[in-house]
Amino acid sequence: MRTANPRTIVIWTLVALVGAAGWTVLALSRGEEVSAAWMVAAALGSYAIAYRFYAKFIAYKVLKVDRTRATPAERLNNGIDFHPTDRRVLLGHHFAAIAGAGPLVGPVLAAQMGYLPGTIWIIVGVIFAGAVQDMVVLFFSTRRDGRSLGQMAREEIGPFGGAAALLATFVIMIILLGVLALVIVNALAQSPWGTFSIAMTIPIALLMGFYLRVLRPGRVAEVSLIGVGLLLFALVAGRWVAESSWADAFTLAPSTLVVWMVAYGFIASILPVWMLLAPRDYLSTFMKIGTIVLLALGVVIALPTLKMDAVTDFASRGDGPVFAGSLFPFVFITIACGALSGFHALISSGTTPKMIQKETQIRVIGYGSMLMESSVAVMALVAASIIDPGLYFAMNAPAGVIGDTVQNASQVVGSWGYQISPEALARAAENVEESSLLSRTGGAPTLAIGVSEIFSEVTGGSLRAFWYHFAIMFEALFILTALDAGTRVGRFMLQDILGNVYRPFRNVSWKPGLVITSAVVCGLWGYFLWVGVHEPLGGINQLFPIFGISNQLLAAVALAVCTTLLVKSGRLKWAWITGVPLAWDATVTLTASWQKVFSSDPKVGFFKQRQVFQDAIDRGEVLPPAKTMDDMHTVVTNSTVDGVLSAFLALLVVVVIVDATRVCVRHVRRPALSTLSEAPYVESKIIAPAGLIATKEEKEEESRAVVSAGTPSEAGTQPPAGPQ
Amino acid sequence: MRWYVRELTDESAYDRYVAYVRHEHPDAEVLSRRDFERMRTGRQEADPRQGFRCC
Repeated sequence: MRTANPRTIVIWTLVALVGAAGWTVLALSRGEEVSAAWMVAAALGSYAIAYRFYAKFIAYKVLKVDRTRATPAERLNNGIDFHPTDRRVLLGHHFAAIAGAGPLVGPVLAAQMGYLPGTIWIIVGVIFAGAVQDMVVLFFSTRRDGRSLGQMAREEIGPFGGAAALLATFVIMIILLGVLALVIVNALAQSPWGTFSIAMTIPIALLMGFYLRVLRPGRVAEVSLIGVGLLLFALVAGRWVAESSWADAFTLAPSTLVVWMVAYGFIASILPVWMLLAPRDYLSTFMKIGTIVLLALGVVIALPTLKMDAVTDFASRGDGPVFAGSLFPFVFITIACGALSGFHALISSGTTPKMIQKETQIRVIGYGSMLMESSVAVMALVAASIIDPGLYFAMNAPAGVIGDTVQNASQVVGSWGYQISPEALARAAENVEESSLLSRTGGAPTLAIGVSEIFSEVTGGSLRAFWYHFAIMFEALFILTALDAGTRVGRFMLQDILGNVYRPFRNVSWKPGLVITSAVVCGLWGYFLWVGVHEPLGGINQLFPIFGISNQLLAAVALAVCTTLLVKSGRLKWAWITGVPLAWDATVTLTASWQKVFSSDPKVGFFKQRQVFQDAIDRGEVLPPAKTMDDMHTVVTNSTVDGVLSAFLALLVVVVIVDATRVCVRHVRRPALSTLSEAPYVESKIIAPAGLIATKEEKEEESRAVVSAGTPSEAGTQPPAGPQ
Repeated sequence: MRWYVRELTDESAYDRYVAYVRHEHPDAEVLSRRDFERMRTGRQEADPRQGFRCC
């Protein structure tokens, strides 16, 4: 046992005090406006302590990362996808891969219950569940040559649990794509400025693709600079278009946008990767990282005050307009990605483990990136909480509830206890040069308003409309990229599944199979998108909970795989590390599924909802918010589909968890029966620091190695000159 | 800084590949940059899970 030196103790005591001060102010202040600085303090203080103590404990005591053991990147180095990558670079790659629309949208919607429940779950959830999941999956996948989550489930749990996990992943992918597309449709509908600038990203990407393919292959940095420049120009030009006679051509109704979106998804996914996907991916990654950095700076510089209540009445009553259901379990379901995201398990197994240099770096890559993602979620929550709560609810309630005039909306929102005048609602829309902000559900427009508020505090109010469309463009850009990439991954899974029935599907480059499976995948998510747009009860209101549930169910699958692996690898004593988050996640998610299926409240339970509307149809009545008999039938069909889907997903995950438990129990009773498919130990020759900043000992070790070997290790594994 | 930008954008992938081939298989033929980049997008085409990004 080494003793800590006094300086370390003082520093960590100070960090703890900063965090504690943040939490105290957030928890105790009622009625007065609180500065966002306290939220930042609570978050950063907690992250630092969790990273220093809990993550270190998991890495060295539980997983026992071995710095002498070669990673797949070192053993299987092929100079292409397996290659040891500098930890700072890999942190960037990994973060760019896990951060997307989820952590930005979820917290915005969860703000309906006030900022406090969301803040607590984002921070506590990431520390004990989300970051742990990412790190443990990364560790086990690294020990298995970068096996994917599905492969690990099949090998370690069994073919039955593995198949259930694969099917669940496919269904979840479809719902994810449908909901993400819905977010974008809601943000672009009736907005010529936004629609024009997003449409321009297609020719820009084609141009970049051509440049990279034909003119100067591989020159990513220069082509990205050109692309970002053109993108900003398209953004400025969007305003001119919106004010010109072309505006009508770019003012599209939601249902028109649905058609465009599905057509785009289909065509993009059958075009070669180099034409559209690869250049788009560069663009969206740059915009994403850039905007997140800008937003972090904006929050820290402007330190806005939170106008939303700490806890709203909707938290206990469960009748909120944004999404129905009470705080438990729905706040956890809605926040999803910022605290715990099943999708990260797909990145942590697969790409990243093939590039990690040393096992000891799993902590900074797995746990560290997820803490960064969580801080993005905190910023999204800040952005949603600093705008006028009246405007927040007017933007996020479905049109069926608040009507489509500012007068009506002001009245309805006022009846919930949030006063905002019709003039103020109209002015807010005018300020960002949009025709209306009412029922702009989906989170993206609300976030954009929050972002424009923060940025214009720094740059002055004259740029407000520009910043609003900048934020919309940044989200739309990577959601469109996700539609393309996600359709390809869904297609790949479908080809694999269909390949069991009809052989030629196995061959992923068989053109007819490619077109058919692409069309099926686009048709499936297109169906949910169409339903979401035409849902009288509000698409986001109905579909977002299913998206949240499916993401959290995928996390349950990942945590079940992790727990099984901990037990099977002789770490039974530490199985609670992922076992407790699994129990919590399963409780939350299965409760939510249960309520969505069986609740007797028609706002929450899909089948009750179906019954209420079906009974009314039988009586020949039209129930609000439906306006016609057609609407009534739409509600009945959609509720049935949504209800069956929720039940089906929950069932799949129960199968995985039960199967995993069976394997664990068998292992504890008769360890000899279980097999563990870990790659054998090979000694590592690479010397590299574990953390982001090398310690004194690590620097000495590195320089000793250089002296004794004469040359540094493998070319390309060590930077000739680091950025430090 | 320049090194970091090249690594983050993966622009250095080709240099890494060349260094790898020269070091491990000195007799093997080294692809031109154009062919190498084509092969890379081809691989992504064949398995779209490579480089997939999240929600």
